Amino acid sequence: MDDLIVKTIIRLIVPFIQLYGIFIILHGHISPGGGFSGGAVLGASIILYTLSFGLKKASKKLPHKVSQVMESGGILWYMFVGLLGIIFGGSFLANKGAGFFMGEAGNLLSAGIIPLLTIGIGIKVASTMVTLFHTIIEED
Amino acid sequence: MVLLNVILVIFLIICAIAVERTKDLLGAVIIFAAYSLIMAVLWLLMKAPDIALTEAAIGAGATSILFIAVISRTRRMEK
Amino acid sequence: MKKLMFMVVLTGLFLLLVTSILKMPALGSLNNPSYNEVSHYYLENTIEDTSAPNVIAAVITDYRAFDTLGETTVLFTSIAAVISVLQISHKNHNKKKVEKHHG
Repeated sequence: MDDLIVKTIIRLIVPFIQLYGIFIILHGHISPGGGFSGGAVLGASIILYTLSFGLKKASKKLPHKVSQVMESGGILWYMFVGLLGIIFGGSFLANKGAGFFMGEAGNLLSAGIIPLLTIGIGIKVASTMVTLFHTIIEED
Repeated sequence: MVLLNVILVIFLIICAIAVERTKDLLGAVIIFAAYSLIMAVLWLLMKAPDIALTEAAIGAGATSILFIAVISRTRRMEK
Repeated sequence: MKKLMFMVVLTGLFLLLVTSILKMPALGSLNNPSYNEVSHYYLENTIEDTSAPNVIAAVITDYRAFDTLGETTVLFTSIAAVISVLQISHKNHNKKKVEKHHG
């Protein structure tokens, strides 16, 4: 698609969509939302960029190698946080029992492992959506 | 509020039947996106804003884009 | 004849489903069977246990975090399957290998 209006609007609007996705992910333990919704919004923004600018430019912004690393990294980070619970003397994926920093309810830095796990899920979902789309529309 | 709910559910059922009846697959995908959007509003009315967010991003955005990508590689009309 | 039978069976099924829907408790009602002691526990102790105001996030990533790990694994497996199927048709090198195996 080679349209000046579409390209200009997409270039303006994509940073705001990504900011909203990151906001949803980081505020997962305070406001409605969380890893899955925020990751879906983030992935949709990159898909929008690919649709208007083509696969070549989009894969320069987010190469295949990087999204593969993000994909395995998300789930490995989740397991690593879970194992931290065992190291600090609780069960697997323990939150309060392992003595993580709980903080005051409603603050951004609170709730122990919940924000850490939400970030991992968000990265995983976003990179999965982008990789799926890029693999399907890839030319031979 | 109940009236809005009833209207949206009736429109949802009409959309679901129309997706199955349409021979043009691209049109069917667009009707399916409308179905997902109505479903997102219904989730919001059922006081589940996080599900509404996910439905609006995945149902109306990603699913229809993936379907359109597949249609562009195969044929548009149903045999 | 066959059509008439279908109509009778489907009408009966429709009436059965509609009556069962009308018997359901209202949305958010206290007499809801799903509003039992488990949801009582979550609603009362979430702030104390996890200090997160969003109860759904607390259930997903604290009380049932192991469930979410399984969900993430499903996502990973599905994308691995899609990539391993689609990459074969994309890469010329692999295509030749597959043809050789078949021929």
